[in-house]
Amino acid sequence: MAKLTLPCDVETIRALKVGDFLELEGRIVTGRDSAHHWLLEHHQADVAPLLAGSVIYHCGPVVKRHEDGHYSFVAAGPTTSAREEPYQADVIGRYGLRGVIGKGGMGAKTLKGLQEHGAVYLHAVGGTAQVLAQAVVEVEQVFMLKEFGVPEALWVIRVSGFPVVVTMDSHGGSLHAEVEKASRQKLEQMLGLAS
Amino acid sequence: MLTPEQWTAKLVEVIARASTQLPPDVVEALRRSRDAEIEGSLARKALDSILHNIELAASNWQPICQDTGTPLFWIHHPIGMSTRMLVAACEEAVRRATGKQLLRPNAVDPLTEKNTGHGQAPGIPTVHCEEWDSPEVEVRLLLKGGGCENCGTQYTLPNQALKADRNLEGVRRCILDAIQKAQGKGCSPGIIGACFGGDRSSGYIESKRQLLRPLPDHNPIPEIDALEQDIVAQSNQLDIGPMGFGGNTTVLGVKIGHLGRLPASYFVSISYMCWADRRAGARIAADGTVTWLE
Ligand code: SF4
Repeated sequence: MAKLTLPCDVETIRALKVGDFLELEGRIVTGRDSAHHWLLEHHQADVAPLLAGSVIYHCGPVVKRHEDGHYSFVAAGPTTSAREEPYQADVIGRYGLRGVIGKGGMGAKTLKGLQEHGAVYLHAVGGTAQVLAQAVVEVEQVFMLKEFGVPEALWVIRVSGFPVVVTMDSHGGSLHAEVEKASRQKLEQMLGLAS
Repeated sequence: MLTPEQWTAKLVEVIARASTQLPPDVVEALRRSRDAEIEGSLARKALDSILHNIELAASNWQPICQDTGTPLFWIHHPIGMSTRMLVAACEEAVRRATGKQLLRPNAVDPLTEKNTGHGQAPGIPTVHCEEWDSPEVEVRLLLKGGGCENCGTQYTLPNQALKADRNLEGVRRCILDAIQKAQGKGCSPGIIGACFGGDRSSGYIESKRQLLRPLPDHNPIPEIDALEQDIVAQSNQLDIGPMGFGGNTTVLGVKIGHLGRLPASYFVSISYMCWADRRAGARIAADGTVTWLE
């Protein structure tokens, strides 16, 4: 399994293809619905340098607050990415993201954004919250915790050996589109529906 | 008789078990699917990760998935027991389990868009209470994740696009269509709970209740049993696979119930449950002794 150290440059990302397994190392930021809206409202200058060259993780973790005030991730699998479809490409472009981690894949608009900006969609295995929480070695800081609540806040985390699969690359390849199309054809055949 | 406080404590135990210990029949089904995938494939790797995750969660008593879902309780209680007390105990148990990180603070007020912070809100958890003749209480709990809940859908028959009429063949077509549309988004391999008949709300509730059935069980009605097996086999030919990566296992089980319908309506209601099929069941005797159910 190849390693991908974050932040990284565009060339590294352009070399990745659909089907590649990667282990992520370095700093990433979690964000889901509220975070995407917030990132597009204004240029969020505090978070921007943390996002540049790195990836945003569609994840709403279970987090433990320790007595001394530091946090750790108790459970941290990916959440459905499709909800960010209207916003993702813009967030990638504006903040110089090199990718997204999530589950279920994303649509045509994001795929185009990935091509344009040089970014990839990384699929983590949905539901494997414990395996992935183990790969979160440190919670560095958190943004918008009070406003958004634990699952929606932007958690800045350091990961090591964080397993993902490239399912959408920066050359227009999408495993999700392929599987969708092939399975539709099979279903139509099975049910005798005209295609 | 247990006090409300003691009931709350018992219900926290049920939540802890559901959130952290996947039922053995589901683990077994996932092991078998793992072996059915080609070595080195994305599907096999995904299932390896899933199986490893299940072990980690079980041995550390940590949530299997961070989305601990909507808690759905089905309770059978003896004659004369207060259902208001039981509902209040379920709500308190959810708040307490959230405080212990067994559940994620998972309830949002859609008007203010604020997370309540303690996992509970109007309608969360949902609690169905039913009286029975036994002196014991039976609690069944399903933690239904959001990603898979979003894959739930309802059809009205006839449906021309699917060539689905008002019969079992029509039901089959709807369920297969829903599975294909879900792709990997509900964290496949999934388990399908379905109901034909009923109205729009009762149909969905019954489709969820079907998810309480253990995977290896058989529908008592032979034609529906055959339909359930058929749909499993057919959906596994669609090559959607774990996480939608492609592969031989898209669905682990299909469970179908039915309810009376109005002459005018024919609904097929479908609930998609992810591989993290977190259900727990317990019989609780009057003295508080707990027997865990499959
Ligand atoms: S659908 Fe996936 S992410 Fe959601 S609860 Fe189930 S396993 Fe977890």
